[in-house]
Amino acid sequence: MDSVRSGSPADRPSRVGYLPDRDQTLMKLLVAGPFGVGKTTLIRTLSEIATLHTEEAMTETGRPVDDLAGLPEKATTTVAVDFGRLTLPGNLVLYMFGTPGQRRFFPLWQDIARGALGALVLADTRRLADSFEIMDMVEEQGLPYAVAVNCFPDAPGHSVEVLRAHLDLHPATPLLLCDARERGASLDALIALAEHVLDGLPAEAAPAPAASVPPAPAPAASAAEERP
Amino acid sequence: MTAVPRRRMVPAYLATGGRTRPGTAGFDRLTVLFADRAEPPRELEPEHHRLWELLRPGALTVVEAAAHLRLPVSATVFLAADLVEAGCLRARAPIPRAQQTDRSIVERLLVGLRALR
Ligand SMILES: Nc1nc2c(ncn2[C@@H]2O[C@H](COP(=O)(O)OP(=O)(O)OP(=O)(O)O)[C@@H](O)[C@H]2O)c(=O)[nH]1
Ligand SMILES: [Mg+2]
Repeated sequence: MDSVRSGSPADRPSRVGYLPDRDQTLMKLLVAGPFGVGKTTLIRTLSEIATLHTEEAMTETGRPVDDLAGLPEKATTTVAVDFGRLTLPGNLVLYMFGTPGQRRFFPLWQDIARGALGALVLADTRRLADSFEIMDMVEEQGLPYAVAVNCFPDAPGHSVEVLRAHLDLHPATPLLLCDARERGASLDALIALAEHVLDGLPAEAAPAPAASVPPAPAPAASAAEERP
Repeated sequence: MTAVPRRRMVPAYLATGGRTRPGTAGFDRLTVLFADRAEPPRELEPEHHRLWELLRPGALTVVEAAAHLRLPVSATVFLAADLVEAGCLRARAPIPRAQQTDRSIVERLLVGLRALR
C-alpha cells in the first residue's frame, strides 16, 4: 500500500508500473498544504501506481544541495516528496506531487513547481491559517491554484462564504469542500483546478490542428462554488 | 579496515554539488527514459547499471526511476545523462509534440478528468 521500500526493484520488475511506450503527454500538478492535511491521501486516492517518493536533500538554510558547490559538509536534512500517477483518456499522464508547505522548503518547492500547470492547496477548517504560508508561496510562484478544504469529522463546518473570507481568496479562485479519501471528490477538486487554470490562459488565435480537442462536455456536477 | 585507497569518497553520481555537467540541462522530473538494447559500458558505476536494468522492461520518468532506485532526482539525472552519452538510453521530453500550446494541454486535461468522473 505504501511506497516500494524494500528489495532491489530491478529484482522484481513486476512491481514497477512502466509507462506504455507511446507518445503520451505528461503533465504535473502540485498537491500542497500543511502537515497532515491529506496530501498523500488525495494522491493515493487518485494514483494508478502505489504512491512513490523521492528523498530530496535540503540544507538547513533551505537551499537545494545542488546549489552548494564545495560545501559537502554543510548540514542537510532530507524531505520526502511523494507523488502518484494517473493516466487519462486522450493519451495523457498526470503526475501529482505532494509538496511540503513550509517556507524553508521554498527552493525545493520552486524546483518541483517548475513546469506544473497549477496547484491544489489543501486546508483543514480546524487550522485554516496553516495553509496561508503555502498559499503565499504558490502566489509568489505565479501558479494558478484552487483550494480544497478537507472535511475532518470533528472539524467546525463553516459555510463556503466564511471559509473564503478567512482564507482571503481572490473571487476567481475556486474553493471546494473535499474528502481526500473519496475518488469523486478528489477528481472534482482537480477538475475545478483545471477549469481555473484554463480560465487564466489566453484564448488562441488559431487552434493547433493536431492538438485540437472536441468541445468539452458540460461540466460534471461538482461541489465547486459558482464562480463569476 | 582496508588500506586500499578508494578512488573517491563520494561516487560521481552523487557528487553533483554545484557543478554543471554537460548534457543534463534538458532533464526534468518528467523526462521519459527508455533503455536501448546496448548494455552500459563496464567502466560505468554500478548505479548506472541499476538504472539501465530498471528501465529494461519499460519506460519510466526520471522521478519514478529515482524513487524505485531510492536515489535523489539530481543523481538520477546524472546517471541518465551518462547513459544517454554512452548510447544505451534514450530520453524524451514530457510533452512530445512541440506545437502543443498550454491551452490545448489544459483543455485535454480537463476533458480527460471529466471522462473519469
Ligand atoms: N476525514 C478525513 N480524513 C482525512 C482526509 N484526508 C486525509 N485524512 C486523514 O488524515 C490523516 C493525514 O493524511 P495524510 O494524507 O497523511 O496527510 P499529509 O498531508 O500527506 O501529511 P504529511 O505528509 O505528514 O504532511 C490520515 O489519517 C488520513 O486518513 C479527509 O479529507 N477527510
Ligand atoms: Mg504525506
